[in-house]
Amino acid sequence: MSANPVVKQYAYLLVHTSDFVRYGSKPIREIPKSQELGPAITAHLRNFAQVVAYPPNQVFIGNLHPEDLAAWPEPWWQHPVEQASPVGKYGEIVDQETFYGYLKAADGFDLVYLTPGFTARVRERLQGHHLSIPEDMDNLGPGVEMDKIKHAIEAEGSLPLFHQDELIGSFQRHHDEDASLSAHVLMENLMTKASGAMVVRLLLERAGMTPEQGRYLISCSEEAVGDRYNRGGGSMAKAVGDMCRMVNSTGADTKAFCAGPIYALVHGGGLVKAEVFENLVVFGGGCLAKLGMKYSGHLKHDMPILEDVLGGIAFLLTPDDGVSPVLRLDAVGLHTVGAGSSQQEILKTLAVIPLEKLGLGLTTVDKISTELHNPEVTVPQGSGNVPLNNYKLLAALAIMRGEIKREELNEFIATRGMPGFSPTQGHVPAAVPYLGHAAEAMAQGRMNTALLMAKGSLFLGRMSQLSDGMSVLLERNPARKAGS
Amino acid sequence: MFEGKYVVALGERDGVPGPVIAEVLRAAGANVIAMVTECFV
Repeated sequence: MSANPVVKQYAYLLVHTSDFVRYGSKPIREIPKSQELGPAITAHLRNFAQVVAYPPNQVFIGNLHPEDLAAWPEPWWQHPVEQASPVGKYGEIVDQETFYGYLKAADGFDLVYLTPGFTARVRERLQGHHLSIPEDMDNLGPGVEMDKIKHAIEAEGSLPLFHQDELIGSFQRHHDEDASLSAHVLMENLMTKASGAMVVRLLLERAGMTPEQGRYLISCSEEAVGDRYNRGGGSMAKAVGDMCRMVNSTGADTKAFCAGPIYALVHGGGLVKAEVFENLVVFGGGCLAKLGMKYSGHLKHDMPILEDVLGGIAFLLTPDDGVSPVLRLDAVGLHTVGAGSSQQEILKTLAVIPLEKLGLGLTTVDKISTELHNPEVTVPQGSGNVPLNNYKLLAALAIMRGEIKREELNEFIATRGMPGFSPTQGHVPAAVPYLGHAAEAMAQGRMNTALLMAKGSLFLGRMSQLSDGMSVLLERNPARKAGS
Repeated sequence: MFEGKYVVALGERDGVPGPVIAEVLRAAGANVIAMVTECFV
């Protein structure tokens, strides 16, 4: 058996999708119940410049670090980053008009109608865009006349598509009786595919790889592709591989609710370590359902609706290159079926046990990355500060184990933890938004170890009352320690 | 102290999960008639 695999490259994506907030699971159910709600949501949407300048988003794409955010004045939405760039060290923020181009480019079944005028605009956006390929242009087509779009909306179950609140197209269903092929479900799936393909293309670009060099993909996205006979059958991985023209790759999906990315990294790392594939891409596309989920808390506090972006994550796993951070597959934290549901047991299985395997403890691992939900999104709704609560529990565990004193709790949280900066996109916040920051710190010799841990809400599917979770340790490459 | 009481246990994924609430209250004599854990993020 070869050495542990490495995370050779990583990429992060945010897509501004404010006109899709109305199609998030919560807004689409609530808007029809009130005449005032739709306009109120529209009035609280952010423009692209505001999304780019939002400090947590700048941390997500690598232009700021979590430590910067910890010291940033709050509320963050009222203290934008001056002269912020949509291009970051690890990723990018993409505007909605450009995304419409990729959404249409992802469409192989005539699901997306865009007017000829808007098609011309998105064609301009895609021409020369560094993530686009010639096949994208072919897929855009000439556009669809507004009369046909309006008829589809009024008579064929299509959903209207808007840009800056103006009707520019429609999204079609693909079966009149199959709920799995309704316009809304297909919209959710296609948005995951388009954003997933964009972040995978960005990953390949950052890695200096051609699409042909790719061998295998694992999607850890949160969607359920399939028709009425195989709802959730997948495979988003292969669909994205197709859109990226990764002709020598295949792939499949790994689903584990919000812990999906950690499972996917461990599964993928295992396949690389076992020499089944010489390289492997783990990715997650964006999640439409989560847009605007906590809008009511934001409206109540008269603040912008912050759940207005799709998130995208992608990681390239390869055999040890002597440089990149190592995935320690010999220190995977497992929440087993028999482990129980108490927070203490969950954190013990995810943090204490895997660290002990390597002779580490809660105070000797450099950083612990838990689910990094942005608290400015969750707190106004009364959903709490997820990362802070997890760090408090970890600190309590450290106190119980005698690793720190009670009065050192806040210092533990500040030293081992970090503020949440990820969009609340389900699987996206699952510890991995920190991976890029950790890799950079390891490359610069500022860090040796980071524990990536995430919990999954298995019980939401009503198939088991169990909780779930997994963790894995990321370690500075030992060859670097010796040589640099 | 919960003898004869009926309980609906609503847990939260980052707080106290439904099964934990149910186990504690059953031990205290309650009749847990429904149990669920939700995620609010």
